[in-house]
Amino acid sequence: MKQLLILSGKGGTGKTTIASAFIKLSSAKIYADCDVDAPNLHLIMAQNIEPKRSDYFGMPKAEIDADKCIECGLCKENCRFDAISNENGFEVDPYACEGCGVCEAVCPANAVSLKPAVAGELTLYADNNKVFSTAQLKMGSGTSGKLVTEVKKQMKTVASPDTKLAIIDGSPGIGCPVIASLSGVNMVLIVAEPSISGISDMERIIKTAETFRTKIGVCINKHDTNPANTEKIEEFCKEKGLPFTGRIPFDPEAVKAINNGQTIVDVDCPSGSAVKHVFSSTMKLLFKESDGAEA
Amino acid sequence: MKIAIPVDEQNLESSVCPSFGRAPYFLFYNTDTKESYYLDNSAVASQGGAGIRAAQVIADHGVKALLTPRCGENAEEVLRKSEVLIYKSIPGTVQQNIDAFIAEKLILLSDFHPGFHGHEK
Amino acid sequence: MKSKGVKIAILSGKGGTGKTLVSVNLASIAEKSVYIDCDVEEPNGHLFFKPEKVREEIISVKIPVINESLCNGCRKCVDFCKFNALTFIKNKPYVFEEVCHSCGGCMLLCPEKAIGEQEKPIGKVQKGVSGNVSVHTGIMKTGEASGIPIIKSLLNESILDEELPIFVDCPPGSACVVMESIKDADYCILVAEPTVFGVHNLNMVYDLVRLFNKPHGVVLNKCLDGENPAETFCTENSIPILGRIPFDNELGSLNSDAKIAARESNRFRALFASLLETVMKEVRHETTVNPQR
Repeated sequence: MKQLLILSGKGGTGKTTIASAFIKLSSAKIYADCDVDAPNLHLIMAQNIEPKRSDYFGMPKAEIDADKCIECGLCKENCRFDAISNENGFEVDPYACEGCGVCEAVCPANAVSLKPAVAGELTLYADNNKVFSTAQLKMGSGTSGKLVTEVKKQMKTVASPDTKLAIIDGSPGIGCPVIASLSGVNMVLIVAEPSISGISDMERIIKTAETFRTKIGVCINKHDTNPANTEKIEEFCKEKGLPFTGRIPFDPEAVKAINNGQTIVDVDCPSGSAVKHVFSSTMKLLFKESDGAEA
Repeated sequence: MKIAIPVDEQNLESSVCPSFGRAPYFLFYNTDTKESYYLDNSAVASQGGAGIRAAQVIADHGVKALLTPRCGENAEEVLRKSEVLIYKSIPGTVQQNIDAFIAEKLILLSDFHPGFHGHEK
Repeated sequence: MKSKGVKIAILSGKGGTGKTLVSVNLASIAEKSVYIDCDVEEPNGHLFFKPEKVREEIISVKIPVINESLCNGCRKCVDFCKFNALTFIKNKPYVFEEVCHSCGGCMLLCPEKAIGEQEKPIGKVQKGVSGNVSVHTGIMKTGEASGIPIIKSLLNESILDEELPIFVDCPPGSACVVMESIKDADYCILVAEPTVFGVHNLNMVYDLVRLFNKPHGVVLNKCLDGENPAETFCTENSIPILGRIPFDNELGSLNSDAKIAARESNRFRALFASLLETVMKEVRHETTVNPQR
């Protein structure tokens, strides 16, 4: 099974718009939304089956038993994450607590214990036809990287072994959820935006992705909003030897389609036509066998 | 010698687990005496660094070779420093892998995926 | 020492809605202000401001370093570490820096006091000036998992004694980095775009600001004619709408070239001046009625 991950660096460049179009064009049976912080793919890929939902446990959180607490303050003094306050007796802020266990270890009164804490919810739509794995991180939570790993694991576990293609919608940024999504994928498609900010962010995500030694391809969305910058990006790709898989114009019809819960290839529109070329270039690159890369 | 394999179930007909760090169990097998035992993988519950922890367990049990389909860079470092050889397992059952190992048909694993800062393995 | 100026956080949930557009332009319009870029993974504000006289500070986290000659092999550190960053191999301890969360626990627990700490750089903070704006930018090193220590450093400052407004440009989403960015904010501006995705994610940051009792209002960006799902959301939830920025080709173009619209065009100068006035009025009202500090 070849896994294609769609990233961007900058937010709002069109990852989900393009991911959903790719899913439709390839009739991919296996897909996942790894933007666990702000998942959107399910808003377009409407499902007609009941999903399986499960709790996702992040790091355990410390809790202080007020009855046992002797108010020595050792926990607060040693907490590196500013997670303990003593405004109303000693209390742990579950949003700041990282579950390191230092407070539990230093407490002389055994008043602190680490308790499992739900940090999100995993959702799996699976039937004979397809598998769609997604999740929602509880706001304010950390460990988004681990949840991303769970989303991918869930997808792979249920997928039938002769599946050829899985499409993964990624998240913006370059931090832990992006790094977690990069592991084990065969190719990353970067959706770039031709703005100064977009170019800066694109360079940083490419730098991050390069350490994973996966194939990297770049496409440009809304290319006509800034032809000069579009050219800059294409030059950059040429210089770095990065395959350029195409460009998509800015298209008000795309917004309308998405707002109606449809992909851009479900309607007749300029961006829909353009994305078909990006799709075929990307697929050619993905399935091309090269220098012993692990399948 | 003692070898270890990450497994999905506690029997020799089990498939090899696709993940090392988060395998539910480890099989420890002595190729000389044919004795074996299973251990629950304590690393499974880890938020991060599961591969590191799993590798520590493998090293602590005096294992000389690990048979696994994949392995992360951090786990590899622990195993290498502990002088545990890492072989690429073949599709099939645990028993088939043991037989292949004894027949010297397995190759060393050479491709280790990068860790991601405490959020897998 | 906390700054006396009011701290306004700009967030959105969804990426690309216009957080940087709004925060950069509001900071520019104010007579004198501070702009802080907490999107340390992908900072953009500095591309618009092109700050001068930039001073740089490296931000590091503490990583354990073990004195092998003092180590007695008890493995208390290995057993304690919740992040599996410590191992004991062939009678020697080893630290895996990339999974360490810098909690300091191993150092505290070692009975032989064999564990000390060293600094590992994870990014930097740059401070410069662009006209009337003091520009503070956080930049995380690529490959690092979390920029929280950089955000903490950016916001934990005795910035100035004057009553300067501080505009905090937040990362997208609503996870821990966003929470850290709005922790000490006096007021939150939520930037929304008129799409289904935008509203879905707006809902999440709306929940977040209410959870932290932050007074808040919405700026509707990229407004077109016709129904605006974000506006509908605000009306349904009685969220104050601070202003509307139209979907405008000239604005898009200026923004795309990293130009500050309020400094380039009278039309946008007027638009953002009006928005700033509304924001400050709302902020003053809210912080009197519902003080955060």
